[in-house]
Amino acid sequence: MPSFDTPNFDAIVIGAGPNGLAAAHRLAVKGASVLVLEAAATPGGGAGLSHLSYNLDPRVDKAMNLAAHGLDWLTTNLATTALSPAGNHLRLEGPVGNRLTGDITDADRKAWEALRARLLRFAAVLSPLNQMPPPRIAKGVGNPMLKLGLIGLRARMLGARDFRELGRILLTNVHDLLDDEITSPQLKGALAFEATLGGWLGPRSPNSVLPWLVRLSGQTAGVQGALGLPKGGMAALGAAMAAAAAAKGVTLRCNARVVRIIVTGERVRGVILAGGEEIRANRVISAIAPKTTLLSLIGAAHLDTGLVTRARHQKARGGAAKLHLTLRAAPDFRGANLKDRLLIAGSEHDVEQSFNPVKYARVPDRPGLEILIPTAHEPRADGKHRLSAIAQFAPHAPADRDAARAEMLAACMARLEAHAPGITALAESTEILMPYDIEDRFGLPGGQWHAGELSVEQMLFLRPLPGIAQYQGPIPGLWLASAGCHPGGGVSGTPGWNAAVAMEAAE
Amino acid sequence: MTAPITTLRHYETPLLKTPFHPRTEAANKLWSWGNWGGYTTALAYQDEALEYSAVRNSATVYDLCPMIKYRVEGPEAAAYLNRLTLRNAAKLSVGGVQYTAWVNDAGHLLDDGTLFRLGPDHYRICCQERHLNWLLDSAFGFDVTVSEETEAIAALALQGPTSAEVLRRAGFDIDGLKPFRMAEFPLGSGKLMISRTGFTGDLGYELWTAPDQSLALWDLLFEAGRLHGLRPIGSGTLNMARLEAGLIVTGYDFTPADTCVREDRLRSPLEMGLAWMIDWDKGHFTGKAALQRQRDKGTRWSFVGLEIGGNIAAEGAILYRNQKTEIGVITGAIWSPILKKNIALAQILTKFVAGGDIWAEIYALRELHYEKLMMPARVVDRPFFVHDRRRATPPGRF
Repeated sequence: MPSFDTPNFDAIVIGAGPNGLAAAHRLAVKGASVLVLEAAATPGGGAGLSHLSYNLDPRVDKAMNLAAHGLDWLTTNLATTALSPAGNHLRLEGPVGNRLTGDITDADRKAWEALRARLLRFAAVLSPLNQMPPPRIAKGVGNPMLKLGLIGLRARMLGARDFRELGRILLTNVHDLLDDEITSPQLKGALAFEATLGGWLGPRSPNSVLPWLVRLSGQTAGVQGALGLPKGGMAALGAAMAAAAAAKGVTLRCNARVVRIIVTGERVRGVILAGGEEIRANRVISAIAPKTTLLSLIGAAHLDTGLVTRARHQKARGGAAKLHLTLRAAPDFRGANLKDRLLIAGSEHDVEQSFNPVKYARVPDRPGLEILIPTAHEPRADGKHRLSAIAQFAPHAPADRDAARAEMLAACMARLEAHAPGITALAESTEILMPYDIEDRFGLPGGQWHAGELSVEQMLFLRPLPGIAQYQGPIPGLWLASAGCHPGGGVSGTPGWNAAVAMEAAE
Repeated sequence: MTAPITTLRHYETPLLKTPFHPRTEAANKLWSWGNWGGYTTALAYQDEALEYSAVRNSATVYDLCPMIKYRVEGPEAAAYLNRLTLRNAAKLSVGGVQYTAWVNDAGHLLDDGTLFRLGPDHYRICCQERHLNWLLDSAFGFDVTVSEETEAIAALALQGPTSAEVLRRAGFDIDGLKPFRMAEFPLGSGKLMISRTGFTGDLGYELWTAPDQSLALWDLLFEAGRLHGLRPIGSGTLNMARLEAGLIVTGYDFTPADTCVREDRLRSPLEMGLAWMIDWDKGHFTGKAALQRQRDKGTRWSFVGLEIGGNIAAEGAILYRNQKTEIGVITGAIWSPILKKNIALAQILTKFVAGGDIWAEIYALRELHYEKLMMPARVVDRPFFVHDRRRATPPGRF
């Protein structure tokens, strides 16, 4: 039994997802004794939920030397095929489709080329914001004025036309942006689906462009907008991060669910695990959702009323379901390359219409699907295939969860069957995780992939909540380091890394 | 031609009437009414000089029904109130009353009020402003229920040197009741709760009962007080008495944070002379971190009592240093008949509190023309007026 006063570790990190591991690694390198506690049986957290990499933080990749700890890429430049039920597929090769092949007019091809370049330029200008704490709006708070000035300067150096265009589109919606430039419903549908992945907004929702730009600011192996697929899947990325952290002396305990952060004398003193075990540390870094951290692990009694109310009202609605199929043999999506990322999005209107019922807690008839067949890259010995898909949109709080789950699975299978006839018969097992299942399994409030919606009103100094956007929690010793913090989700490690940097700056 | 209006429809008479209205209406010779929190309340009944005289020399009743009342109940009621308010609600014993206040996250005052502990797990908050949303928000995570009970309770303030005697004569044995304690008595078919609390700096009580007992209570008191100078008073007189007692009123002496528009008008308890009530050792409460920072840094504003030259009440006067630099504002002022002094409560910039050389710019209305007076002001201790009989137990027979 540890004595009451002596800390067992310098720092405890809650959650062995990419952010928790990135923060733990950096703290350990700086000499701290660090314990990472993970509720699940294996490390990885949200990495196990995703199936692609689009925004792994290069700082994290380099500092953790993930290549030396088992990270190997099957591809760092995954192509996308926008499926057509008639077989007229549209293939987007290279990062964010810099080459289009398929049934597309020259005018659309040119228009997309220009729009794509513009979006990537805008995202690149904004991307340095990801790697710093959010700018603060109060006076005299020590903003990194030089860095911010450089971002402003780079934005201005886009030239008057681009700068004006950035201002024009920044808060507009994806549908209008695409509709201004492109005519192909298939291309617009694919891009609208891509832009709204992981959010709780449709292409016509206001402000849907900015989250897309955030997504486009990500990179894989130094190429902006490129999609990466690690050998062994995204879980391997999580495992590599865990191995890198362990190599620096970080202690990792799995099957260790934190049920309470100990607060005595109005500062954090450690954590209590589900079994009742107490572990002491004067710094606790929560890499799980801020909402859960504040309301469940800390508890309202230790926090101010206004903050608790803001935390309760923080928007965390997941709109994505996760589908897993085991197939007896390879499916045939009417000739599409099974190694590609396959999109069933339909038109831009189809994407919007799949969001409409979700607003009212109902299941859409024709959800969109982002499909990955990992076994096309790494064949299984038995010749069977695994299909992993993100299905959008799915209600996070339907009246009847089981009925909604069954309905969603049926809708997904119908959509798959329409594009790959016979796939239903090939399916040996099916599993669908609705947003509420994701919440239960991964602890993400509302099943929201970003641990709090990534929307304009919850970005930068408003993320996770106004007043605690600098990674420092509201109680001394508490730090917030999850995707719920700036700059948001994905398997990036960025919020965790930023949090560790902020901790050093505060010392 | 539209028909002449002969009656008003309900939405054309938005002011509510208190349970005492049949009696206050009959007593209101001046027909002088005001709006207090949506209720029709008497500003004065007959003659303000006589009403004031009664506060200081005999006994008065004041209709308190518009005070907002909240019921707080549950196993974690004390913990809830400790997080909500500045003082230690757990230390308040059952049957006790506590003057307290609460603030938002930034440490800015939302309201002050009295907290009654009716049982181990049962409290009542009595305050000026409506706060149900804040109280409910604060209840998240606590095993407690909060409900408004303003309309379920009729309340009268019975204040003045002969108030104890009036109660005795009405049949209530209040001799053992100490200040800031309460006791329950039978009244008609119901109950009467008497707390030894008040707003005048003198001996006084507040009486709490069900609305259906209100008229019987009024009649009982006036019958008992016939020979003891009992008289109803309006808000004008109460304001004089509370200023003499140096007590603040939300919305008059500071702007509550939840309705305040201008950032520089927000005030903390440290800036409103309420630092004494903050229990820094009770554990966390809302606004504590912000208040600690302000305590360590020092306040920009202070709240003080002033004595001002001349005999023109300095209501709303701007304060100057050296007759030139604006340093504050008077939030309430009267010429005090009992003290024979011109007194005021004021918000003043902290750095100018000690230096003297404070002046009040008073506009005296003299036969339709304002005359601008620059009168010297001096910071003095509050309360301006408090009488020993306020605390004497048993209270004297006057």
